[in-house]
Amino acid sequence: MNRIEQSFKVLKDQDRKAFIPYIMGGDGGLNNLTERLLTLEKFGASLIEVGVPFSDPVADGPTIQQAGLRALQNGTTLRGIIAELTKAREVVSIPIVLMTYLNPIYAYGISTFAQDIANAGVDGCIIPDLPIEEEELLAAELEDVGVELIRLVTLTSPKDRIKEISNRGKGFLYTVTVKGITGTRNEFDQEVVDFLKRVKDISPIPVLAGFGISNEKQINELIPHCDGVIVGSKIVDLFHKNDLSGLESFMSVLKPEKNII
Amino acid sequence: MKSYTLPNEKGQFGIYGGRFVPETLMKAVLELDEAYKLAKEDPSFQAEIDGYLTEYVGRETPLYHAKNLTKYAGGAQIYLKREDLNHTGAHKINNAIGQALLAIRMGKRKIVAETGAGQHGVATATVCALLKLECIIFMGEEDIKRQALNVFRMELLGAKVVSVTSGSATLKDAVNEALRYWVEHVEDTHYLLGSVMGPHPFPVMVRDFQSVIGKETKKQFLAQEGKLPEAVVACIGGGSNAIGMFHPFIGDKEVSLYGVEAAGQGTDTDFHAASLTKGKPGILHGALMYLLQDGDGQIIEAHSVSAGLDYPGVGPEHSYLKDSGRAQYHSITDKEALESFQLLSKLEGIIPALESAHAVSFVVKLAAQMKETEHIVVCLSGRGDKDVTAVKERLERERA
Repeated sequence: MNRIEQSFKVLKDQDRKAFIPYIMGGDGGLNNLTERLLTLEKFGASLIEVGVPFSDPVADGPTIQQAGLRALQNGTTLRGIIAELTKAREVVSIPIVLMTYLNPIYAYGISTFAQDIANAGVDGCIIPDLPIEEEELLAAELEDVGVELIRLVTLTSPKDRIKEISNRGKGFLYTVTVKGITGTRNEFDQEVVDFLKRVKDISPIPVLAGFGISNEKQINELIPHCDGVIVGSKIVDLFHKNDLSGLESFMSVLKPEKNII
Repeated sequence: MKSYTLPNEKGQFGIYGGRFVPETLMKAVLELDEAYKLAKEDPSFQAEIDGYLTEYVGRETPLYHAKNLTKYAGGAQIYLKREDLNHTGAHKINNAIGQALLAIRMGKRKIVAETGAGQHGVATATVCALLKLECIIFMGEEDIKRQALNVFRMELLGAKVVSVTSGSATLKDAVNEALRYWVEHVEDTHYLLGSVMGPHPFPVMVRDFQSVIGKETKKQFLAQEGKLPEAVVACIGGGSNAIGMFHPFIGDKEVSLYGVEAAGQGTDTDFHAASLTKGKPGILHGALMYLLQDGDGQIIEAHSVSAGLDYPGVGPEHSYLKDSGRAQYHSITDKEALESFQLLSKLEGIIPALESAHAVSFVVKLAAQMKETEHIVVCLSGRGDKDVTAVKERLERERA
């Protein structure tokens, strides 16, 4: 059982939900990455997504686009992130999932990439521009080294497709809760809640809600219908403003004592 | 090569192509594939397109024996396929008509598109006005400055033009924003992509709509000369006019195919758009193709005096044709293109688009190496009215 499955098992045993923050690797300097991971772990993160900056992030809204740009401007590369994560792994014990567009992986070399992230202690990989139709490009390489490919389903995925996608994975299912790109939204409509219920019924693996989640009200709205939430832009923003107390209070929303289940 | 049937079911040309898009778009991309397959087999769809191409666009376009240019080059006979004489002044409308009619078949009455030089934006806005479709066009801020007149044209035609300020604020970034907009509005909106790029089925669909160029050329040339030309030449940004010209000739091995990229300030500088000459295979905007990128897979901004060629990638089919050796790809600098812009204007009374001027510049060199008894057709993809102001300013600057 790898670290991701293990951590969801523990959460389930404790009747808790997952809080997964996303940070952009290299935003604020690559040398701050380990410290940020430790901070998030301390504040109760169940798992952390580390973004790899890309020049053309078509699935991302302005906040993550800007964070990626800042990371690229200070010289962040996929290679650098992997090297830093190798060091981080010695002190961070929760699962780490890399979120990267496909081209940096392709340029790195697919099998070398798989080998290197496995050696760095990365547990999973999310590739927003890799639908299941194209995943044979690297699915076998990741499987060989025991790194989970985390797949996404969206409001536009038909039922049969959700079934097929969720059956392929072992880690968790990334359920996109907006019709659109990443970034903060004020509220969700009933359609999103119904969608989440539908996905939860179908999926044999944990269902995590992500995209557009930025406040406690939204989290409370969604959490009864999923196994946890992924928060990106809001976390990126809090780190960028260096607002650590804001981060701590925001992340306490799913702490056991506040857990609404 | 007679049995050229690419792409395969997955939209691959060899290793190139595919459907590398976010899951949110997969349903739309698969639906489009199905809808296009059905439409393609429906004779009434092609008849509808042909009707508009004849009555509205003004096809067929002439194949013109450019005797003065031929004399100047001093070699092979040069023919111009006059796509500049289409309604809206470029080949782009061939594709815009086809895709807009397909969108209507799919029940989508909203259109989003990107534009670089503004030619595709104008063609899309035109077709949307004609067919009463809602139209939003994303255009890089830099290109808006370079092509102010085309922005006004699009607005005049009822389209909403949105300025894109992210990245290099050119065509690549306009595609990013158009894709983001499509992700958010995928259920009632068709993305009318302007070149042979993007996820399958766009590269094959746009090729099919643009193949009218090569088909007409073949028929006209046979009628005029009783044989096929020794070579065809076209400029390449994303590659739609070139593939439209090349595709009907791919099986005719005796016809050499030449694509001309933008070398900008030179392919040995950092300021060019020569993706096939200087790029490496990679994934952007839904397809695996040759891309200008650094060693870490970050996309490098393309540079060209011509906004329409200013794109860091090139269609997957061109990527395949390069590797297979069936087509050859060369590049022409800004300086050479500007010279040819003036040359064709003076010699033939035809002001070419700066994009097409790259092809003209190359054909002069190529013709000089060929015999007078040989023939080359060059695709004159667009007219140069849109570029006149920018060229005037540049020439004045250079003289000052």
